[in-house]
Amino acid sequence: MSKQPERIFVKGNEAIARGALAARCKCFFGYPITPQNDIPEFMSSAIIKAGGDFVQAESEVAAANMLLGAGAAGVRAMTSSSSPGMSLKQEAISYMAGSEVPAVVVNMNRGGPGLGDIGPAQGDYYQSTRGGGHGDYRHFTFGPGTVQEAYDLTIRAFDIAFTHRTPVLILGDAILGQMKEPITPWVPDNIDDEAGRDWAITGRTNVRETGREKRLIKSLFLAEGELAGQNRHLQAKYDAWADMAECEHYETEDAELVVCAYGSIGRIAKSAVRSFRKQGKKVGLLRPITLYPFPSADLKKLAQAGKRFLTIEHNLGQMVDDVRLAIRTVADSAFFPIYPGNLPTPDELEAPILACLEGK
Amino acid sequence: MTQTNEKLVFSRPESVIDRPTHYCPGCHHGIAHRLVGELLDEMNLTEKSLLVASIGCSVFLYNYLNTDAVEAPHGRAPAVATGVKRSRPDNFVFTYQGDGDLASIGMAEIMHAANRGEKICVVFVNNTVYGMTGGQMAPTTLLGQKTTTTPAGRCVTHEGAPIRMTEIIASLGGVAYAARGSLDCVKNILAAKKHLRKAFECQVNATGFGFVELLSGCPTNWKMTPVQANDRIKNEMIPYFPLGVFKDISEEGGIC
Repeated sequence: MSKQPERIFVKGNEAIARGALAARCKCFFGYPITPQNDIPEFMSSAIIKAGGDFVQAESEVAAANMLLGAGAAGVRAMTSSSSPGMSLKQEAISYMAGSEVPAVVVNMNRGGPGLGDIGPAQGDYYQSTRGGGHGDYRHFTFGPGTVQEAYDLTIRAFDIAFTHRTPVLILGDAILGQMKEPITPWVPDNIDDEAGRDWAITGRTNVRETGREKRLIKSLFLAEGELAGQNRHLQAKYDAWADMAECEHYETEDAELVVCAYGSIGRIAKSAVRSFRKQGKKVGLLRPITLYPFPSADLKKLAQAGKRFLTIEHNLGQMVDDVRLAIRTVADSAFFPIYPGNLPTPDELEAPILACLEGK
Repeated sequence: MTQTNEKLVFSRPESVIDRPTHYCPGCHHGIAHRLVGELLDEMNLTEKSLLVASIGCSVFLYNYLNTDAVEAPHGRAPAVATGVKRSRPDNFVFTYQGDGDLASIGMAEIMHAANRGEKICVVFVNNTVYGMTGGQMAPTTLLGQKTTTTPAGRCVTHEGAPIRMTEIIASLGGVAYAARGSLDCVKNILAAKKHLRKAFECQVNATGFGFVELLSGCPTNWKMTPVQANDRIKNEMIPYFPLGVFKDISEEGGIC
């Protein structure tokens, strides 16, 4: 990893685009939807300059299917969208999961259901962590909380996608996408565009000399028992990701109450926790960074240490299910919803945190 | 063993795998597969080829051709092929789609891939019916044709008119070649192969998007014998879906 000393002042959307380019993303397939338009707009020139290709697709459906094609060909590619568009991408994402095609998908979450609004929300948590399309699958999901983290995790998303042959989702929101922050860009120096591509469709060049078998990327398994075998294989892959779960612990060690929040809300909650700490109140924060795999083990340890929990989300209660599942044998979690359309301040989170802390 | 003067004049193309297909008797997919296979051999494209298979009876084309392949969701093959070709521009990329797949659920993808002038080829097999799912109405189902979802026959006021895809595709900017052939008799099969060759050449020469429609029979869902199905193509389909080249700019040096 070669750290570049420069600092740049960019929106979260642009950071993700720049992160993808640093990770040697070769193709980008976009479609306009607010609040992620900066990503395709930036890519439309930047990825061409970098020697790649950009297509503005006719729909989110087509963009995700183009991604399926590029991934099947073993090439680093990305698409981005926001909530209504993500519903349309689920078809291809299910096929990518089923046929183990690596790809990076970005969702800058906005309010829903339906057309909702264009403000920040976390209403797509279920869709993002349960396998949002049809069938029995999951995919790796990151929930960045800062612009720097959005850049860093985008780079890592490509590595994970190709190491584990899976779609990887980066779940941001309208706050992260539209917020400008200084970041330190860096470029990984260990990317091999051809390594580990012995499954990709590349053409059977010199087949007589090499004897290379033909390759097939598919998700159809009709023979008896075949699909069960494939699903077992996929599930084993997902189970093995448990060790890759990541989260940020902030003042959790001696905390009586642990606030659990992710992404932009995790960051806002951190400010609230910080101000309580200044008052000597024993509050901590656990901020999941990977939403799937979920940092259940960390939560369980905190529960076993006798902590109480409050989950705060920008929705009506989705991640709280995962928190409760993680700690269910030991504890429970309270929940505080933030309705979409609002950008909460740390002050607004203090009352529910205080109420939990004092057991009211 | 006595020496004979037999000479092999007709054999399986090298790019076609030696295995029985799953198609019904009288189905024309086998002929269409063979034409594609012959051209892959003759144009030396097999090793470079990346097939995008679609949903329907022809999904298993990837089991019959000696090429790398990816399976696309229903109707999305042109979008998947776009992603494949953009990421591996030196490969030969083609889709093979039925009429339910291409002209119904995949209408947006085929129109826009064609209009963008993607350097891919599309083999469009039109048998006026959904085959694999059991004979429902397709966008190309002829007026009066009985299907499981138009038991009284397709009616223009209720289901609209059959869509002529090749004419639509020919009208789009990025298209280099668009033609309609038929697989009902030897003469038409030979003409269809010429169309396919032209479309393949458009990709090899990076001229633009190549599209070939092949009128085909589905004796099973038409509830006909193979011979009756061939007659139906000649007497009912060709009058509505005229054969020929609807666009060919391959001589003009391509499109930007």
